This record gives sequence, C-alpha cells and structure tokens, in this order.
Amino acid sequence: MERYQGILAYCETANGKLSPLDTELLGTGSQLATELGQSLSALLIGTDVGAIASEPLAYGASKVYVVEGPLFKDYITEIYLVGLAKVISETSPEIVLLGQTQIGRDLAPRLAFRLKTAATLDCTALTIDPATKRMLMTKPVFGGNAMAIQMCEVSPQIVTLRSKAFSPPVKDSSRQGEIIKISVAIDPASTRTKFLERKTEAVSGIKLEEAKVIVTGGRGIGGPEGFKQLEELAQILKGAVGASRPPCDNKWVSDNLQVGLTGKIVSPKMCIAVAVSGSSQHLSGYSGAKVIVAINKDAEANIFKVAHYGVVGDWKKVLPVFLAEVKKLVS
Amino acid sequence: MINIIVCVKQTTDPEAPPCSFKIDSSANRVIFPAGIPPVISTFDEYAMEAALRIKDKVGGKITALSLGVNLLRDVVKKTLSMGADELVLLEDPAFADGDSWSTAYALSMAIKKIGDYDLILCGRQAVDWDSGQVGSGIAEILGLPSVTVARKVEIVEGKARVERVIPDGYELIEMSLPGVVTLGNEHAAPRYPNVRSIMAAKRKEPIVWKPADIGVDPAMIGSRGRRVKLTRLFQSARYTKCEMVSADTPEEAARKLVAKLRANKVI
Repeated sequence: MERYQGILAYCETANGKLSPLDTELLGTGSQLATELGQSLSALLIGTDVGAIASEPLAYGASKVYVVEGPLFKDYITEIYLVGLAKVISETSPEIVLLGQTQIGRDLAPRLAFRLKTAATLDCTALTIDPATKRMLMTKPVFGGNAMAIQMCEVSPQIVTLRSKAFSPPVKDSSRQGEIIKISVAIDPASTRTKFLERKTEAVSGIKLEEAKVIVTGGRGIGGPEGFKQLEELAQILKGAVGASRPPCDNKWVSDNLQVGLTGKIVSPKMCIAVAVSGSSQHLSGYSGAKVIVAINKDAEANIFKVAHYGVVGDWKKVLPVFLAEVKKLVS
Repeated sequence: MINIIVCVKQTTDPEAPPCSFKIDSSANRVIFPAGIPPVISTFDEYAMEAALRIKDKVGGKITALSLGVNLLRDVVKKTLSMGADELVLLEDPAFADGDSWSTAYALSMAIKKIGDYDLILCGRQAVDWDSGQVGSGIAEILGLPSVTVARKVEIVEGKARVERVIPDGYELIEMSLPGVVTLGNEHAAPRYPNVRSIMAAKRKEPIVWKPADIGVDPAMIGSRGRRVKLTRLFQSARYTKCEMVSADTPEEAARKLVAKLRANKVI
C-alpha cells in the first residue's frame, strides 16, 4: 500500500489557460493532500502547455509534470492514455483527479482498467475515511434520483470531479514549486484512432455554462417555434437558453443546449423553467441555481418540488405576458 | 458485411415519475417500483439504433448481449424486435451486483466466446448507476481502440468514422476495426419495432450462458469481483417550498409573478 503516495491532478487546460474546473481540481487536491499529509502534483499534457507550467503552483500544487509534443495537438484517447499512464507509473500517486469533461470521462475508465484499479466518475464530494484513509466518493446515481457514496479498495484511486461542485482555491502567485518535464514517445503509426476534423457550432450570445440567467424549455414547449419566445426572454435578461432532453432528442434545438446529468452542468443565479416536467437527470444539471422559477400546466409536475416560485398554467398564455412585464421592468 | 455486438442492460425505467423512486437505505438498495416494468437502458437503445443503421447500409450481423439476473424476456427481446439477429444473455446470480470492472470483465469474456466481431457498441452509461465505464473497460480488456459518447458511426473503407460529441459540436475520429464505440442520445433516435418483428422476436429464444460457459472465475464477476464498494445510498432532501402564484387568469398570474420576483429582487 505504501508504494502509493500523493495526489495527481490532471489539468486539461482550455484556450492556453487553466480552466475553472482545473482550479477546482487543484483546490480539492490540496485539501485532500493536507488531510492525508501528502503532497499535490499537477499534470499538463499538450503542444505548448509548458508556457503555463507554473500556474498550478499558484493553486496549491507543489510539483507540475509537463508532457509536451506535437502528438498531443488533438485529443486522441490512446495517445493521451499513454502519457497519463507513464506519469502515473513513474510517480505512483494514491489519488488521481480528472475533470468530468468529454476528455476526463473518456480517459478515467480506460486508465483505471489499464492500471488494474477502478475509477469513479462525476463525483460531487470527496472526503477521507478516517479509519482507512481512503476516499469516500459521492456521486449521483439513478439519473440524480439518489446519491451513492463509494470506496475504491485498489490503488491508485481514480476519480472525475463534476464541474462547479467543488469550490476553487484562492490563487497565490507567490507559491513556488518544481516543474518536471516527462518525455513520452509514441510511434504515431501504432495508433488505431486518427483525428480527422472538428466541427463546432458558434454560440451566439452568452454561453450556457457562464450565464447568470437561464431560460430552459421542456417537452411541453412542443416544437422549435416556442423556443424563439424563450430566446427573447433570455436576451432581455442577458441570459442563455437551455433545454431538457426531449427538445434536443426531437431536434427542436441543438444538442449543445441540453442541460442535465449527461448534458451541460450550469450554475445560474436564476433559472426559469418553462414547460419542464423536472426529471431528476435534468435537474441535476442546475442543482446549483439560486432561484428556480417554474411555469407548468401540471400542478403535480416534479419541477414545483424544487422551484422557489411557480405558476400553474399554460406557458403559451403565461409567457407572453411574463415577457412583456419583464421588458417593461428592464427598459 | 460487418459483425456488431451491442451490449444492453436491463434497468429501472428512467422515465418513471421521480416520486416513485424509493430506496431502502438500511440495505443500500433501490426498491423496484411496483407496476413500472424495467426497460433497456436509454443509451443502449441508441447503441442498437447505431448498429441497425450500419447493418442497413453495409450488411452484417448484430448480436445483442446482456448481463444480469431476472432478465425479463419481454424487455431484453426488444433488441430482437428492433432488428438484432441474436440475443445472448449472461444470466446467473453470480453475475449480479457487479461494478464496472466485474461487469466489463464478464462481458469481455462473452465477447471473446462470440469471437467473430468487428464493432462493439454500448450506451455511454447505464441509466441506473451512471458509471459510464463498461464500454471503455471492454476496450481495455480486449486491447481495442475506443471512442466514447458518439453521435454517429459509419463504416467507410473498412474503418469506423465516429462523430464524438464535444461541448460545442463534434470531432470526427477514424478508428480501425475491431473497436468499441459508446453512444449518447445525440445519436439519431432508436426506431420503434414493427408488429411483424415483435411477433418474430417472440418466437426466437435467447442463448443463455453461465459463468462456466464463458470460462470466468466466479470470484472475479458480480458482487464478488467488485473493486468499488458501495458504502451508502441515499436520497438528498432537496425539496424547496415553492411559492405558488395564482390568479383568475394565466395572464394575471404572469403579472403577479413578475411583480413578486421584482419585489424579492430576483429580477
């Protein structure tokens, strides 16, 4: 057991900087490290991540491992996996933290199976069990209907953290530490997956993840036309439009707007849920919302159990007046 | 012609009303709601649809593979009525209550026994435990490439072209075969079986394998093979007291709602 020591946080970075989730990983990692009397290291992988190698130090890491090279230009599972596995085999951390992102949730399970251990994804809380000194990992299950606390009995313990579930640490740029380059050699001809291209849809206006106000529509909106009204309301309130799964599955709106356990995790100040029934998997996406306002014609809808303000009524009659009144207030 | 194996799981119905969801916290177990039959996990139906679309285009054979106990034939046979050619069930108490590791291990051993495969498709995660690891686990155990959370899979010149979902769009990945892909609900919706195929599925019997049939050590599967232990299962009491705004007309209610939000400095 003693062979494993310390905590390693893999920071994905975004646009040449640490992402907010990266800092949440580092904050959580340093708390765990303090509690265990161990140290926190960070790992950066990419083409030119060396430029920000000192950044994780300011958030609590005492060492930063850098894996750099043209191979890591685009995310390819098998290539990144080799990089991560090499750093872990050389440093033997007891705990490995990743973000619950498209990359983290793809890497963590393969990494765990490769290292003959187990991963737990989408954690919302991590504590140390006083008796065993192992992590107690809390994660939503059954589409957010319940929470499970799990313990992994094999090392290293690998987890992904849900964004916005952990508070970021205070930045302290005076902190010092060690930066260590690790070279990873991979024969590109040996890889069986190849990145061909990336297609992105530009989001006009405010991004869902950053919005302070979100207007979400559900199955009851009935079609793409209804979402135009939601967009108008979102614009007036300087917010963004989101959706539960049915409008996305029915292609009324882009899949990118899905809020929920398997969609975007958002933390607005206010969420206005229109014709949203309130399935647990959808509500999981904005459990951090300060105020939820619900408009639904079904008084028994689950959304009213979590909302702070509610109107029972046909959204087609309620929303136009709501919109007009809000417009008056704002102007 | 390509041979596809689709892994499907029987789960509680995620569309059941949240109030029907109950747990027995003393036993850390979910109480299956009476009168609400189980279903095939949502994302696994998308994996079935992805397999059927490939078969429609290039031909091939689809084998559906499921693991569990008390697998209701009406539920798991939906794979056959959707268009799978074979259904293999790993059904034995020894397979029950596994974690991602012990489940992926048993499925991998069954896939080895099926033998002839080009593509393995799974849902991105099961709608019960939301672990999201079995597809990647199978790939790692069998030494195959994988792409997770895909919205489209096509076969082009003997390779898979996979659209992998990213937050603002997708990435196109080329993967050599054999390989593993997991599907999300961003993929085209699963088809409804027609009456003829439902009748045909009723007459077809699944193949049932026990641990010995796939050569696995019972200590490595199901609850005995777990690496992750469940220490507690609970429902968080996240209920708020909702201030309901009522009026004689919906229009009046809207006005009152805005006034209240303003008064409470929400807007």
